[in-house]
Amino acid sequence: MFEPVLLRNMEVPDGHLLATYEAGGGYQALAKALREHTPDEIIDLVKQSNLRGRGGAGFPTGMKWSFVPKRAGKPKYLCCNADEGEPGTFKDRLIMERDPHQLIEGMAISAYAIGAETAYVYIRGEYVLAIRRLEQAIAEAHAKGYLGTRILGSDFSFVVHIHCGAGAYICGEETAMLDSLEGKRAQPRLKPPFPAVEGLYASPTVINNVETLACVPHIVARGPGWFRGIGPEGSPGPKLYCLSGQVLKPGLYELPMGIPLRELVEDHAGGPPPGRKIKAVIPGGVSAPLIPERGLDVRMDFDSLAAAGSMLGSAGVIVIDDSTCMVKVATRIIEFFHHESCGKCTPCREGLNWVVKVLRRVEAGQGTPGDLEQLEALCKGIFGNTFCALGDGAAMGLRAALAHFEHEFVAHIKERRCPFH
Amino acid sequence: MREKIEAAAARYPDQRSAIMPALLIAQKEYGYLPGPVLEEVADILGVERIWVYELATFYTLFHTAPVGRFHLQLCDNVSCMLRRSEDLLGHLEAVLGIERGGTTPDGLFTLSTVECLGACEMAPVMQVGDDYLGNLDIARIDALLDRLRAAAEQATDADLAAAGSAGK
Repeated sequence: MFEPVLLRNMEVPDGHLLATYEAGGGYQALAKALREHTPDEIIDLVKQSNLRGRGGAGFPTGMKWSFVPKRAGKPKYLCCNADEGEPGTFKDRLIMERDPHQLIEGMAISAYAIGAETAYVYIRGEYVLAIRRLEQAIAEAHAKGYLGTRILGSDFSFVVHIHCGAGAYICGEETAMLDSLEGKRAQPRLKPPFPAVEGLYASPTVINNVETLACVPHIVARGPGWFRGIGPEGSPGPKLYCLSGQVLKPGLYELPMGIPLRELVEDHAGGPPPGRKIKAVIPGGVSAPLIPERGLDVRMDFDSLAAAGSMLGSAGVIVIDDSTCMVKVATRIIEFFHHESCGKCTPCREGLNWVVKVLRRVEAGQGTPGDLEQLEALCKGIFGNTFCALGDGAAMGLRAALAHFEHEFVAHIKERRCPFH
Repeated sequence: MREKIEAAAARYPDQRSAIMPALLIAQKEYGYLPGPVLEEVADILGVERIWVYELATFYTLFHTAPVGRFHLQLCDNVSCMLRRSEDLLGHLEAVLGIERGGTTPDGLFTLSTVECLGACEMAPVMQVGDDYLGNLDIARIDALLDRLRAAAEQATDADLAAAGSAGK
């Protein structure tokens, strides 16, 4: 029987307070890490667990940590990516609002492992309650000696600062986040050098998502074998799934990695409203190509979804029923990417502007017979040719909508109207 | 304001990093960020003014023009759209007599649509001041507007802030 760990305090009254967290065994993993393990041993534990980053890319966390040079001659930094701008995704907000100490403990252990004494939590500015709760939790942790100098009598010192974003999706891209933290417009950097070698203030920097860091105390407390025993071998562990859209029970669910998408949507989230059928599901936030209903038996893990032509991404699962126009969905997705393009590279900046104009025309019933070829050509010009993954996400999303629902685009053009209005 | 900005700047080894926190502090103080405020922020931090202008015009949470006393920020991204946020937008435009992006002539309400607020489990969602209001429908929106208007009639600024919270 699967036992939720990441969400265990979600419904507990005052779950955001230190006393509640400690009562459930909180900060004992930090004490164990400092008492029983060297930093290298912690990195090894995380490697053995095969924890893959929960922000979207799924890169192995222990491996990322091991890229940090041992002797850099510069301070090392830990950055927590709490920007969470991917439409359909709200998991990190709830961790920070309801169980912020879980994140702080994870950050302290991670910082110990990589040798960082300073961390910044880059959190989107809209998340006012999460910011307030995290500030309170940091103050509590300081007062109790879980943060600060010589933590729990060890030689390890560590402070956490909050840095509020101000409304830019691109800040979730790790190098754009670093530029934003340095007080610049958030635009992605050329890699290499990778942040682990040259990141914030040109110092070695590890950037991890909130959910990734929240997994770390559990790996230390329960051991890597426990973590690896949940879900598939290639991408194990407990996973947070964000369910939204046209389902009866939208919400945040913690289940094993690798659960079938159909079970997630139909059993856990209650399926579509009465009388409606599922038409398609976006499995990992709007960057992830949608999956038509017939593909819902895919398993929700990095490798299975990649093999199915989509991706786990942020596990922001958006359910679309048969009352919805897919041209409208595609248009709204591309409008989002167009609005959020940072403007650094031409294919993304100009290409998405063009795509939006064509899609709006088609949706309004003013499309022309050549528009679908035009959209394909634009996707080809954008995909693989942009500075970061924002343009790729947009092109992949549109390609999937065109591939699976071409008939709806064609109907709009032929009938010169939206058949769903 | 200077003390708050200097305290925020102490968190960073480089003053440039403090521009974004400083702008958030300044916007809280003045309501929006006109040119002289941007220059004041640059002077307090001792950084180039162009660096401050660059950020104030890049990030959507910064306002270089005034906004109403209540900023209604309705999410219309995919999860909210699937739960009919556009009906709510149409209703708000009708009852307020403004289009999205506009401010009512009495300066009370600014209506905006925003990209994902990260609260899709309670879609459709709107942010009013510091608070998120979810699972919205037309009745809840009407009740919110009534509450905000009633508060504004007799309120000080502190009362107005509290009224925004009461909408939760």
